[in-house]
Amino acid sequence: MSDCRYQPKIVAFFCTWCTYTASDLAGISRLAYAPNVRVMRLMCSGRLDPQFVLAAFRYGADGVLIGGCHPGDCHYQEGNYKTRRRIELLRAVLRDLGIEDQRLRLEWISASEGEKVQRVCNEMTEELRMLGPVRLERPQRAVAEPAGESR
Amino acid sequence: MSREILIDPLTRLEGHGRIHIFLDPDGGVDRAYLQIPELRGFEKFAQGRRAEDMPQITSRICGVCPMAHHMAATKALDALYQVDPPPAGRKIRELLYSAFMVEDHALHFFFLGGPDFIVGPDAPRQKRNILGVVDAVGLEVGKEVIGVRKQLRDLVAAVAGKAVHPVFGLPGGVSRSLSSETRQEAAAAAARAVEFGQFALGAFRKIVLGNPGYVELVTSEAYTHRTYYMGLVDDANKVNFYDGTLRVVGPDGKELLTFTGRDYLDHVAEHVEPWTYMKFCFLKDVGWHGFADGAGSGVYGVAPLARLNVADGMATPRAQEAYEEFVTTLGPGPVHHTLANHWARIIELVYAAERMAELAGDPEITDPQVRTLPTATPREGVGVVEAPRGTLFHHYETDEHGLVTAANLIVATQNNAARIALSVDKAAHALIRNGQVDDGLLNQVEMAFRAYDPCFGCSTHSLPGQMPLIVEVRDAGGALLREIRRD
Amino acid sequence: MTKPKIAFYWCASCGGCEEAVVDLGENLLTVVELVDVAFWPVALDFKREDVEALDDGELAAAFINGAVRTSEQEEMAGLLRRKSAAVVAFGSCAMFGGVPGLANLYESQDILDVVYHEAPSVQNSAGTLPAEHSRVAEGELTLPAFGASVLTLDQVIDVDYYLPGCPPPAGLIASAVTALVEGKLPGKGAVLAPDVALCSECPRAATKPDKLLVRAFRRPHQVFIDPELCLLAQGLICLGPATRAGCAAACPGGNMPCTGCMGPTSGVIDYGAKALSSVASLLDADGEDEITARVAEIADPVGTFYRYSLPASLLHRRVRPAATAEKEEVAP
Repeated sequence: MSDCRYQPKIVAFFCTWCTYTASDLAGISRLAYAPNVRVMRLMCSGRLDPQFVLAAFRYGADGVLIGGCHPGDCHYQEGNYKTRRRIELLRAVLRDLGIEDQRLRLEWISASEGEKVQRVCNEMTEELRMLGPVRLERPQRAVAEPAGESR
Repeated sequence: MSREILIDPLTRLEGHGRIHIFLDPDGGVDRAYLQIPELRGFEKFAQGRRAEDMPQITSRICGVCPMAHHMAATKALDALYQVDPPPAGRKIRELLYSAFMVEDHALHFFFLGGPDFIVGPDAPRQKRNILGVVDAVGLEVGKEVIGVRKQLRDLVAAVAGKAVHPVFGLPGGVSRSLSSETRQEAAAAAARAVEFGQFALGAFRKIVLGNPGYVELVTSEAYTHRTYYMGLVDDANKVNFYDGTLRVVGPDGKELLTFTGRDYLDHVAEHVEPWTYMKFCFLKDVGWHGFADGAGSGVYGVAPLARLNVADGMATPRAQEAYEEFVTTLGPGPVHHTLANHWARIIELVYAAERMAELAGDPEITDPQVRTLPTATPREGVGVVEAPRGTLFHHYETDEHGLVTAANLIVATQNNAARIALSVDKAAHALIRNGQVDDGLLNQVEMAFRAYDPCFGCSTHSLPGQMPLIVEVRDAGGALLREIRRD
Repeated sequence: MTKPKIAFYWCASCGGCEEAVVDLGENLLTVVELVDVAFWPVALDFKREDVEALDDGELAAAFINGAVRTSEQEEMAGLLRRKSAAVVAFGSCAMFGGVPGLANLYESQDILDVVYHEAPSVQNSAGTLPAEHSRVAEGELTLPAFGASVLTLDQVIDVDYYLPGCPPPAGLIASAVTALVEGKLPGKGAVLAPDVALCSECPRAATKPDKLLVRAFRRPHQVFIDPELCLLAQGLICLGPATRAGCAAACPGGNMPCTGCMGPTSGVIDYGAKALSSVASLLDADGEDEITARVAEIADPVGTFYRYSLPASLLHRRVRPAATAEKEEVAP
């Protein structure tokens, strides 16, 4: 039986040492979670360039989930602190650009928290299902391009 | 059968302006409409911005007179934060502002509107530009114009960061103090500017006033409108570009009212037409009664001619001398000849140069105290300056964090918009008969606009060339009857 | 050998880029000897028909400044593209959208409402708005169509080179024209400016600490600004680390922070994202509440980080309210 409802697309960036390991654990533990989440693996959440988040929205994501180590546990000492600060400031910008807070989620998930991966993915999927797709726009000309005009 | 003439693009002013002329059945002019086809929406996207960013954001309204917007915005911030600059801060502002007035007016006279006189309204179009001016006044002079402007603009850049889009304005002062080396540079630049001002006056006397044909053109009815005038004056009722009280005089020269910038909404209003993006200012106390001049119409003028009309004189000696000559020749009472703006502009250039010299010679200007830090909670502020092209109002409202919630800008040329529309219409009426137009005649219609030095007037002009014009004469069905090209 | 022909044109521009060319001063006279300016509507008599009469590609280069918003600007950009071997997006507006690009935070209707209705000085009880077609007693008048958003030049035509700056520094302009004349322009798509961050040019760089941490950012009007010390070290938001060099740090020269008009160095798609990342990384705050409080103090983040580059950014504009929006197909 297929699910005919709107399916939000979520891009997740998980740090290798904690969250990605946790998502493996979820898999091994057979904890099923929404297939709406596509996972990208980073060495550290601190690698997350805010451009990745914007590109995800630009290229079709309705939400972005970032998973990193708990504060104090970062494999590279400070990476997750940088993540927190950048995401907070990015969030302020996204708000001003009309992107709802729920579309960008930052979670600290340790290697043993497989259930948290499952819970967060499922929660976010349902939240975004209620919210609907994000309505980005391609640059539009004032007048439709005449046929045959060189771009 | 009605016919239409389209002058597009207009040259040496706002890049995309056009004049649309409707002819009556006899081939005379029914009505000429000046259209500005552009809007960017600064008043809307200013909302949400930090107030202290407004001097740099609003300067992007115009890259020719960015200093005017920067200064009006900075003064609005003074009012917003209820803070005044220390004397040195104010003097640095006025010093740079005076330098800016000199170079901007110089550009207009020699490169933009000036060629109409220096070379002649009917001169071949290939000559009606800076090269023609250089032929008329000599290459050395051309280089001096470039050199004076460069020296003044380099000075502005040295103090304010950049000449195009300066950065130094802050509420309560300027970003940093003036060193004594820079003060000496400013004094040298000012001295050169004062000499240059005298030369420009001399050139104007010789080329324009010495030519009876030009004098007749300037004083002709086709280029005359009897309107109200507005401008900033100091306590002695002399012209001041940086600060003062707004004074309005009527077509008969009698003072109608005075007001300070913060009360501008009581006296200045804007009218909207569907065929242009530019709004038309008018005096609330008189009201909008259509595109008409006279004491019964709220249409008014700003910028050099208007400023000389509302003032009782100039605050510096050489400028005052020039002003007296001006009034003796064209007065008494307010001068209503639009083309006299060119002369008034040079007189203002002389004043700005002398004022710059006064400030550069003032030892207090190198005092290290150039800013008063604001402490009040911001709410609302109005800043007014005289831009080269007229009175400029910046009005901001903010929240308690100093983020703009509303902005209202009345930009210099808008004050003139209705008078410009009248001037173009009247010139077209006077000049076009039997549907006949030619190159020189079209230029004379444009001269009605160009005398106001509308914003954007300042673009290029060290280059050889002609003014581009194409005139399409169409019948009522829109079919092209004739095309006249000026090239 | 005939001189290469070039053209200058302006779209939604303030004229500052034209002034920047004039500011070449006497160097401009040298430029004029090397090239033939075949079209420059504000100065020369050549008309649209003269450009149409040129062969396709006959112009060696067209320098186009200003962002794009109206049908007239789109048409002219398209025309110059056909007639030019190379098109240079001249200045930050053409390259990124510029300051007018901030209009992408709002709807056209909201802009019109403020300008023609809500402004306190407007008297317009009839609710008149400028219109593409309007009837007057004598006939019909037209105005160009307005686009729904501000666009960069390369969102409308194919662009070969980019010259950033608001306005482009005179030295970069002179180098670009010289390179053109000598046939030494780099590969297509190049930005004609140095590819390093502004800090490398800034005279204050030596005072920038190796480990730079800022307790709280201040706004320029709140503090006295030391003219020698690194502006970031003083707690001001200076975008130098994220911004391309080439301007000799003009704004720090005026004792104010860099606001990012030269745009990013190469490899960066979204300037604002990089700029905010650079600033956020400097915050000396770790606890969640502390970070939230410090970030909340950064006023107007979009105006700060995207002042010149909103139309060029990945999101391009603020998401429209539901009533006016349609889901667009996303570009690959």
